Amino acid sequence: MSENFLIQLSVIVLFLPLFGFIVTLLFGKKIPKMFFFEVATLFVGLVLSAILLFGKLTSYPDSNITAEFKWIDMGSVPVIGSINIYLGMLIDDISALMIVVVYIVSFLVHFFSIDYMKGDIRYNRYFAYLGLFTFSMSGIVLTHNMLMMYIFWELVGVSSYLLIGFWYEKKSASDAGKKAFIVNRIGDLGMLAGLLMLFITYNTFSFSTIFSEISNGNLPFNSEFWLTVTGVLIFCGAIGKSAQFPLHVWLPDAMEGPTPVSALIHAATMVAAGVYLIVRVFGILTADAMIVIATIGALSAFIPATIALTQNDIKRVLAYSTISQLGYMIMALGVGAYKFAFFHLVTHAFFKACLFLGSGSVIHAMHHEQDIQNMGGLRKKMPLTYATFLISSIAISGIPLTSGFLSKDGILSGSFAFASLTGHWLFPAVGFFVALLTAFYMFRLVILTFHGEPRNKEKYDHAHESSFVMVMPLVVLSVLSFFFWYTPNPMSPDAGWFYSKWIKQPVLYTPQETRFDFMKTDEAGLVEESAQHEVMYSETYTEALHHSHGTAVILSLLVAVSGILLAFLFYQWKKISADKLAERFKPLYNFSYNKWYFDELYDKTFVAGTLAFSRIAAWTDKVIIDGIVDGSATVTKAFSTFIGKFDNIVVDGLVNFMAYLSAFIGLIFRRFQTGKVQTYIIMVIFSIVILLFIFKSF
Amino acid sequence: MEVTLTHFLVVSTLLFCLGIYGIITRKNAIMVLMGIELILNACNINFVAFSRFGNFGLQGQLFALFVIVLAAAEAAVALAIVLNLYKTFVNVNVDEIDTLRD
Repeated sequence: MSENFLIQLSVIVLFLPLFGFIVTLLFGKKIPKMFFFEVATLFVGLVLSAILLFGKLTSYPDSNITAEFKWIDMGSVPVIGSINIYLGMLIDDISALMIVVVYIVSFLVHFFSIDYMKGDIRYNRYFAYLGLFTFSMSGIVLTHNMLMMYIFWELVGVSSYLLIGFWYEKKSASDAGKKAFIVNRIGDLGMLAGLLMLFITYNTFSFSTIFSEISNGNLPFNSEFWLTVTGVLIFCGAIGKSAQFPLHVWLPDAMEGPTPVSALIHAATMVAAGVYLIVRVFGILTADAMIVIATIGALSAFIPATIALTQNDIKRVLAYSTISQLGYMIMALGVGAYKFAFFHLVTHAFFKACLFLGSGSVIHAMHHEQDIQNMGGLRKKMPLTYATFLISSIAISGIPLTSGFLSKDGILSGSFAFASLTGHWLFPAVGFFVALLTAFYMFRLVILTFHGEPRNKEKYDHAHESSFVMVMPLVVLSVLSFFFWYTPNPMSPDAGWFYSKWIKQPVLYTPQETRFDFMKTDEAGLVEESAQHEVMYSETYTEALHHSHGTAVILSLLVAVSGILLAFLFYQWKKISADKLAERFKPLYNFSYNKWYFDELYDKTFVAGTLAFSRIAAWTDKVIIDGIVDGSATVTKAFSTFIGKFDNIVVDGLVNFMAYLSAFIGLIFRRFQTGKVQTYIIMVIFSIVILLFIFKSF
Repeated sequence: MEVTLTHFLVVSTLLFCLGIYGIITRKNAIMVLMGIELILNACNINFVAFSRFGNFGLQGQLFALFVIVLAAAEAAVALAIVLNLYKTFVNVNVDEIDTLRD
């Protein structure tokens, strides 16, 4: 396949959902069946993106395809030089893989929504928004420059706002939409600052130019510190979008949106964007920035995992598990396990989409009941949903034979290797502990929802297995959660095509001295060379990874199985009473149940602070600004009154006086004008006589 | 007794004053015109007298002739005006004709 063909394909893949969005939005009101068009565009897009991936992997396994055109030509700007802004597409392994993942999940979500959203008053518009969402995410995936990524980044924010607040008649839904949008904006601000920092340094937004400039030793403000700052600022965007600590608060609230939308947000189109961004800019992250990223990732993996233990809303548990899993990915990127991070992004996309659509199926069957305390025993009523949900839960818990095991184990061994090389043992410790928690709360969810006796008899009686349209995506996604799609060896991803052929080691562009020791290039330790002949991780790292792999497999298996066993002990066999335990550790339980009081904390600090600041601003406005304005108005009014008086009395008086004077004089002199010629003559003679006397002396 | 310039001037002054008196006191426009004639003739006497006693050559006499011609022309125009006045106001009393005042 030729390069041009692939580029054209990628452009079509990018704009198809936009086309679907516009057409569905325009004709949605007139034609009730318009949503078929939207679903069809997604299907075509899925096929085309699969062709794109196939073409990239077979025809250009070692090179990236880029196409760009000049968007804005600012010409020669004084002081700076010529500035041109290009837009363009970049097709490399990760973008080609990611676009397929996005399309698979998005198409299945579209398909699932056909039944799930049936009867909604804004049915067609819902599908149009889904199309916009897919379009925005495709833009992030396929772009070759930071500016376009930022534009699509914001588009993702807008479409998430539209979909989370889709049922805007509900106050909580519209609030959640606003919250998601505003919290995201905070992170986006950092990202904007980061990309502007890159722009003022290199006068370009294009990834390739920025990367080559950095590898040539041109750093922002000529300092490694500022390179770290830039990396952390760009990471801020990922904190917002990927719902990392401390901006994770919007994601659980986003559960107010329709459940398929949650699946879309959590699996492919929104939270994945943050991880994808860090994957994209991985080459420019310094060691310090990576430590920051790993720390944030570890915190985001740990905190939501503890919160998920006690939540009762089926969707909220999944939401916190998403944050936790994304924390894993971010942590993996921070510790340099780049391949595993991206691998986990892909595998997580499938099983998390499956979990969310499964929960959607349950919620649909239970007539919008989301509390797991009212569920139970659904296994018999909904066997297919149960089976797919179970497979995905096994995958997310990291049990062998599933994709989740491969990627999670990779992340754990990556952090293990990192710790053995640098001494940061907290990262693998958090990783393993979170793996335990994940297995526990996922199976708590499975058991409470599907096992045991139904706790709400009435709802249970009405429950039924969902229709084919809703079950089909579940089956597809759960099948995608098995290992054989990625590797032939279920215990290790090393031999697999996904891990060893499709994703390449990242190319590092940062100066040698800013990297971790194990990432430094040493002449003896060349491990692998990319197409650009850039040198990758040293051999010590590969060795450490190899060594830690065995330990990590055993440990992760151990914690996953013990987590599941614990869940069964607690909720299935009731050997340990969860309620009693909660009673004994009441403060801890409350702390977790109330989500670490993050919302309350932010309410008390940031929201209250903003409100207080607004009140001060309002007071300033009302008292000082208005006072000044009103005062000046009063002064002007008084002055005008004075001027008016002056005009009325002095000026008018003068004018009137002149008029009276002339009238008076006229009155006197009119007597002289009698109209009688003889009188005039007498006057003339009289005056002549007087003049004669006056001028007598001359 | 020799007739000097003073005698002429006295006569012309008397004539002038009579003319003025006529103009001022007469109501009839014709009489006013006659007063004007008297004044013009007083002028003529002055011209001729200064010409006779002064060192001006014949200029004075010539001016007197001009004045006589002018008086004839003036009389013609003024009488035409008086005729028109009579047509308009049915009398020629100057003190009653004061329409221009307004």
